[in-house]
Amino acid sequence: MQALEGNQQRYTISIFTEDKVGLLSRITGIFTRRKINVDSLTVSETENKGISRFTVVIRTLPERIGVIVRQIEKQVEVLKAFYYTDEQIVYQELALYKMPTEAFAGSQAVEKIIRDNYARVITIEPEFIVIEKTGHEEETTKLFNELKPYGVLSFVRSGRIAIAKPMKLLKVHLEELENISEF
Amino acid sequence: MLLQQEAETSTAFHTQTLMGECVIAKKGISGAEAVVLSLLAEGVECVFGYPGGAIMPVYDALYDYRDRLQHFLVRHEQGAAHAAQGYARVQRRAGVCMATSGPGATNLITGIADAMIDSTPIVCITGQVGKHLLGTDAFQETDVIGISMPITKWNYQVTRAEEIPEAIAKAFYIAQSGRPGPVLIDITKNAQTEIFDFQYRKCLKIRSYFPKRKVDIDAIQRAAELINRAERPFMLIGQGVILSGAQDDVKEMAEKAGIPVASTLLGLSAMSVHHPQYVGYLGMHGNYGPNVLTNQCDVLIAIGMRFDDRVTGRLDSYAKQAKVIHIEIDPAEIDKNVKTEVAIVADAKEALQALLPLLEIKRYPEWMAKFKECDAIEREKVILKDFAPTTPLPKMAEVIHMLSQKTKGKAIIATDVGQHQMMATRYYQFDEPYSNITSGGLGTMGFCLPAAIGAKIGKPNREVIAIIGDGGFQMTIQELGVIMQYNIPVKIMVLNNNFLGMVRQWQQLFFDRRYSSVDMQNPDFVKLAEAYRIPARRVETREQLSDALDEMLHSQSAFFLEVMVEKEDNVFPMVPAGAAVAEIRLE
Repeated sequence: MQALEGNQQRYTISIFTEDKVGLLSRITGIFTRRKINVDSLTVSETENKGISRFTVVIRTLPERIGVIVRQIEKQVEVLKAFYYTDEQIVYQELALYKMPTEAFAGSQAVEKIIRDNYARVITIEPEFIVIEKTGHEEETTKLFNELKPYGVLSFVRSGRIAIAKPMKLLKVHLEELENISEF
Repeated sequence: MLLQQEAETSTAFHTQTLMGECVIAKKGISGAEAVVLSLLAEGVECVFGYPGGAIMPVYDALYDYRDRLQHFLVRHEQGAAHAAQGYARVQRRAGVCMATSGPGATNLITGIADAMIDSTPIVCITGQVGKHLLGTDAFQETDVIGISMPITKWNYQVTRAEEIPEAIAKAFYIAQSGRPGPVLIDITKNAQTEIFDFQYRKCLKIRSYFPKRKVDIDAIQRAAELINRAERPFMLIGQGVILSGAQDDVKEMAEKAGIPVASTLLGLSAMSVHHPQYVGYLGMHGNYGPNVLTNQCDVLIAIGMRFDDRVTGRLDSYAKQAKVIHIEIDPAEIDKNVKTEVAIVADAKEALQALLPLLEIKRYPEWMAKFKECDAIEREKVILKDFAPTTPLPKMAEVIHMLSQKTKGKAIIATDVGQHQMMATRYYQFDEPYSNITSGGLGTMGFCLPAAIGAKIGKPNREVIAIIGDGGFQMTIQELGVIMQYNIPVKIMVLNNNFLGMVRQWQQLFFDRRYSSVDMQNPDFVKLAEAYRIPARRVETREQLSDALDEMLHSQSAFFLEVMVEKEDNVFPMVPAGAAVAEIRLE
C-alpha cells in the first residue's frame, strides 16, 4: 500500500455519475490538476440503471478532501460524490496469481499456503494454475509474498470496491439535493 | 425492507434530461440546418466564427439563414471566443462561436479557458471529422473533447444528426444556468449532413445537475445576526453580483446597514464609484483602504466572489480576525480558499433579498472614517503622483482619468492585461453597470480587442472603448479586420510605452532591474490602423491628449488612438505576490 506522507489520510471516494463517455477523463483530470496520484480506480454499473459508480482511492490532507470532492460533484454529469476513511466502509480487492503447474507437484506447500490464506484455485491448465484471493491489499500482498518462492508468473490486483456503512440511500441524497435546489 | 428500497431506486430517478415543449419542428432537414435552427430557437442573433473543412455543411446552412443569424468572420478563432465573451458579458446571455476541427478548434482554447475561469457563458460549436475517421489521425482531426474537458463546464461530441437539438439545448441550459461557463459541442461531419426530422425543445432540467440552491433561511438568519452585531462590517462584491443582477440589492444593503463596499476586478461597475458607501477596489493593485482594512474588519461579507489569490494575497494572514459570510452560487467555492462562518449557497440577488429585511439600520462613522484616512494616504502617496504632469509623456493614469471625465464614467471599458488594465480599472470611474470587460482570472493578453468587438455588437447603443497595451494589442491585432469589414464603431486606445510594462515592473521590483525580453520594437500603429481604413491618430505630448480624446469620442465610426505614455511607469499600490494584504506597498 502506498505510504502516507505527513498528515495525509487515505480516502475512498464513491462517485455516482451518468454512464457517459468522457466522464472518467473529467474525473481523473480533477486529481491530475492537483498532482494527486490515483492509487486505485474501479468503475462499475450500480443498482440504478444508467448510473455508474467510480470508486477512487487517493491520499490527501484532511483539509483538502472536501474541496476536491466538491470539485468532482460540480461536474454536470456527476450525481453525487462521497468520501470515506477506511473505518467508514467495507471494502475488498480481488487478486489473481498465475503459478506454474509444476509448483504444485511433489510438495503440498503451495496447497497449504492457499488453504491458510482462504484463497482458491479457479483454473488448472497443463502449464499453469490461476489462484484467486479477495481481501484487503495487505492480505493479497501477503499471499503474493508467500507464493513468490514457488514462482509467480503473473500477479494482478483489482482496484478497491467499497460499500459505505451509513444506511442512507443514494436516492434519498438526491431527493434532498433536489428539494434544496431550483432549476 | 432494504432490498425493497434498493429496488425502488431504479425506478425512482426521473429521466436524465427534462425537455420542454416543442418550439420548432421541420421534417427532413440536414444536421447542419438543425444546428442553425437550434441556435435561432435559443434566440441567438449572431455568431462569431471561422469556416473550414469539417464545419462547411453548417456554413452552407448559415448561408440560407444569413438574414436571421448574422455571422461575423473573425481573423483568428481565438478572436471568435473572446468576441463571444464580450457579447455575453454585456448581453447577459450566452455568446456563440464556431470553428472547424483541428487547428480551428485548438485556436478557441485560450478563449474557452478564459471564459471558464471568469464564469462567462459561451457556446462553442466545432466541426469534427466524420465518425468513421475518429481516432485515425485524419486530416485536421484533433481530440477537442479531450483537450477542452478541463476548461469547459460541459462538452459533448455529436456523431448523429438526431442528437443535435438536445445537445444544443443542453449546451445553452448549462452555459447560462447556475455559475455560468463555457460549453463545447463537437459535431462530426456526417452528423451535419445526415437528414432527419428536427424538433427543438428547450432543456429544463438535468437530473445530475443542480445549478442553483434555494436560499437557506437558517443561514440567512445567522448571517443577519452576525451583521447586526458587527462593529466593523465590510462587504466585498464580485462578478456574481453582476451575473445575478444584484446591483440594486447590494446598494440597498450598503445603505440600510451602513456597510462599506469594495469590489473585485470583475465586480467593478456593479456599484457606482460615486456611491458614498463604495470604498474602492480590492486586490494586488487595488486601493489602499480596502486591502489594509480587510485585516481590520470584524465581519466580512463576500458576495459572488471566489477569494482569488490576487484578492487575498497570502491566505494565512488574510482576514483572520474576521467572521466570514460567503454568499456564492457555486458550492465548490465555499471554504476553498477562506474558511467561512456562514455559507449561503445561493444566487446573490435571491440571497440579498432574503437578507435585507433582517438587517438593522446602522451607521459606522468611525469605521467609514478609516477608509477615508486610507484614501487620503493613497491620494497623497500614489494618485497625486500618478496624475502629476512631471514627465514629458503623459502617464497612463492621466489618460484614463481624462477619458473617465470626458465619458462621465458611462462607457463600456474593455481592457487587456497588464499595467494599462490595472490603471484603467483603478482610474476609470465606473458609473453604469455592465461596463467592465476584462480578462481577470486567466489574464489573457489579446483578450481586449475581440472582446470589445463582441461588446459593441451586443450593445450597439453604448460607447465601447478598448484600452490596450502595445504588447496585448499585437496578440489579436488581426481583428481590426472585423472592425473594418462590418463597420463596428469600437474606439481603440493603445497606451504605448514600447514595453511589456507589467513584466518590466516586476523585473524592476523583484529581479533587480534585469529587463529580460520586455523591450518592444513596435510598428507604426497609426499607419496599420489606417491600412484597415480605421481613422487613427497618435498623441505624442500631453497637450495633444484632450483634443485627441474628443476626436475619438465624437467619431461616429471606429477610431484608433495611440497614446505614447511614460516608458517606466509603475502601478501602485501593490500587494507583492505572496505577501499579506496588509503589507501593500505604496511606492
